[in-house]
Amino acid sequence: MPKLDLNRISMPKQEPLVRAKNFNEVALGYTAEMALAEASRCILCPKRACVDGCPVEVDIPEFIDAVRQGNMRDAVRILKSKNSLPGICGRVCPQETQCEETCSLAKKGAPIAIGRLERYVADWELAQGEMEKPEIAKPTGRRIAVVGSGPAGLTAAADLAKLGHEVTIFEALHIAGGVLMYGIPEFRMPKHIVQTEVDYVRSLGVEVRLDSVVGKTFTVDDLLGNGYNAVFLGIGAGAPMFLNIPGENLNGIYSANEFLTRTNLMKAYLFPEYDTPIKAGRRVAVIGAGNVAMDGARCSLRLGAEEVYIVYRRSEAEMPARLEEKENAKEEGIIFKLLTNPKQFFGNDQGWVTGMECYQMELGEPDDSGRRRPIVKPGSEFTIDVDTVVVALGTTPNPLVSKTTKDLEVTRRGTVVADEETGKTTKPGVWAGGDIVTGAATVISAMGAGKRAAASIDETLRG
Amino acid sequence: MYKILLREDLVPSIHLFKIEAPAVASKAQAGQFVIVRVDEKGERIPLTIADWDREEGSITIVVMAVGATTRKLAQLEAGDYIPTFAGPLGLPTHIEKFGTVVCVGGGFAVATIVPIARALKEAGNKVISIMGARNKDLLFWEDRLGSVSDSLIVTTDDGSYARKGVVTEPLKELLESNEKIDRVIAIGPTVMMKFCSLTTQPFGVKTIVSLNPIMVDGTGMCGCCRVEVGGETKFTCVDGPDFDGHQVDWDLLFARQRIYLDEEKRSLEMWEQLSKSGSEK
Repeated sequence: MPKLDLNRISMPKQEPLVRAKNFNEVALGYTAEMALAEASRCILCPKRACVDGCPVEVDIPEFIDAVRQGNMRDAVRILKSKNSLPGICGRVCPQETQCEETCSLAKKGAPIAIGRLERYVADWELAQGEMEKPEIAKPTGRRIAVVGSGPAGLTAAADLAKLGHEVTIFEALHIAGGVLMYGIPEFRMPKHIVQTEVDYVRSLGVEVRLDSVVGKTFTVDDLLGNGYNAVFLGIGAGAPMFLNIPGENLNGIYSANEFLTRTNLMKAYLFPEYDTPIKAGRRVAVIGAGNVAMDGARCSLRLGAEEVYIVYRRSEAEMPARLEEKENAKEEGIIFKLLTNPKQFFGNDQGWVTGMECYQMELGEPDDSGRRRPIVKPGSEFTIDVDTVVVALGTTPNPLVSKTTKDLEVTRRGTVVADEETGKTTKPGVWAGGDIVTGAATVISAMGAGKRAAASIDETLRG
Repeated sequence: MYKILLREDLVPSIHLFKIEAPAVASKAQAGQFVIVRVDEKGERIPLTIADWDREEGSITIVVMAVGATTRKLAQLEAGDYIPTFAGPLGLPTHIEKFGTVVCVGGGFAVATIVPIARALKEAGNKVISIMGARNKDLLFWEDRLGSVSDSLIVTTDDGSYARKGVVTEPLKELLESNEKIDRVIAIGPTVMMKFCSLTTQPFGVKTIVSLNPIMVDGTGMCGCCRVEVGGETKFTCVDGPDFDGHQVDWDLLFARQRIYLDEEKRSLEMWEQLSKSGSEK
């Protein structure tokens, strides 16, 4: 047996101080040599444990083997037979808790960089200029409405179209892609990659209707009454959470959704070439410590802020952001103010935020989430001067659809009740998956849910 | 893309556009708005729906050319297309038989008050309307508002037409008269809505205003349009745009409307320069 190669090939990146001033992609991607070297480390173990770690069950050893053999077309085909959005997943999937965690080499501390190879394959196909279209089953005559064009909706739509169904996606915004367009910044998820993968889904015969706010322009019952045999809700968790503390409506205090939507979807970083403005001041505090908080902090730097803080009420060990994102943020000079929780905001007489009073926190016993509960240290208040605040505490489901759909059961948290295996909701003909069911989670888990719902819709409509 | 079916200049700086948008038209109700983007690099702005034609599949909006986006829109003609037209958004104005309702429309918002007055009239209310403008040259739709009102009072700030003064004066007189006023609906510039609310407050007459903060998505996603009403934070796009004027924190609304004053000025200057160099070519 050949010796195990534990030299995981790292990904070249833009230098921290350079990239902190531009919106170009941070991670530059493997070269052909790097991809070959990394693919060659895979031992093609019979366990295929990596596949068990993938929510959409990509045939990982097979695509890696194709890369190793130099059969790039095959690699693309194998990857895309299970995952219609490889350029997206290769960039934003938390592989370290999925395929790479279950990889046989993970025990040796050097799992195969499956995500980087996935991205390499997707980027290779993009560079060829032409996308190969998969086989599409003969038309079933069934029409399906997919609500939302984020990861769940795109995946469900692509799978259903490949099975021969006529699919229309209804998207509320003026561009398809959902959180991939409005939320995740250009430097982590280039928008032309998202649009290429949306175009691929369109090329399968999927129609995308923009500016269509389901719950307003159409209701789910309108869709079911107008010739759609099934509806899939992939509407995400789009409503922002705020702290609900005094002063939070002062000018300069943004939800992460607004801050990122202005920056990414509306391209405020290119103002005034693009019309939408944004105010990223000199000193920015981002409240929260998930991936969205890191995105907000790193966008602030790129918009010209001098000092950017991540303000988090627990310690670094409890931060929900991916390790990679935390490290990227630190390298770029983001300051972590941990065990710190805002009490109130102060403003000037023009209504602009000028400061934030915070408590020092300490950690107590674990709470329901299993993380140690943050407790206020009495008398520990102190003030941080800020001129911009981005509140990145997470999101909750937007009630526009649930409030206008009869017989659709919703939990107290506002999420839609759906069967985990099939995505079936309590309303006949309606399936749901992604953040609208689970609450805010990951791109790939939403894709997995879209995939399972597509299979269930297909089975039901053929039944 | 959404086709402009008709463009009409109501006064030199206020323009009417009829837009082909059958899906929006099939659902539109008085008091709702649309989100519009005028070109591919444009921002998303909310515009109140002034009218709709379900058969034709069209929505009418009335726009005052003040900022970069509205000036760009004002340059378009019938037959042109705009890239984004999403709606109908927000909650419709609450309509029922209240009794006697005073509808106050200020500036270009007269266009917005017309469908509301019409709906109130159809619901069996006595509708007394007041419309006001800075001067005679900014007045439009006196006939339309008159046709859906039992009586109509017109004011101009400078007295160049009809009664000299601002809309709150006849409003106060009505409240002081023997006529029992059951509800007031005031739509117009923020300052006008604030003063209408202050005028009616001592009389305890419920006063509905249609707030106009800055928005981005218009569907409850960003929270840019948050306002405080009765001490609670509300999103204008999904909880409004209509709110109880006596409960609104007006100072907060004024402050939040001014967030991008510098940028708006810069955009406008850039646009003016571009359109100048364009016309010289």
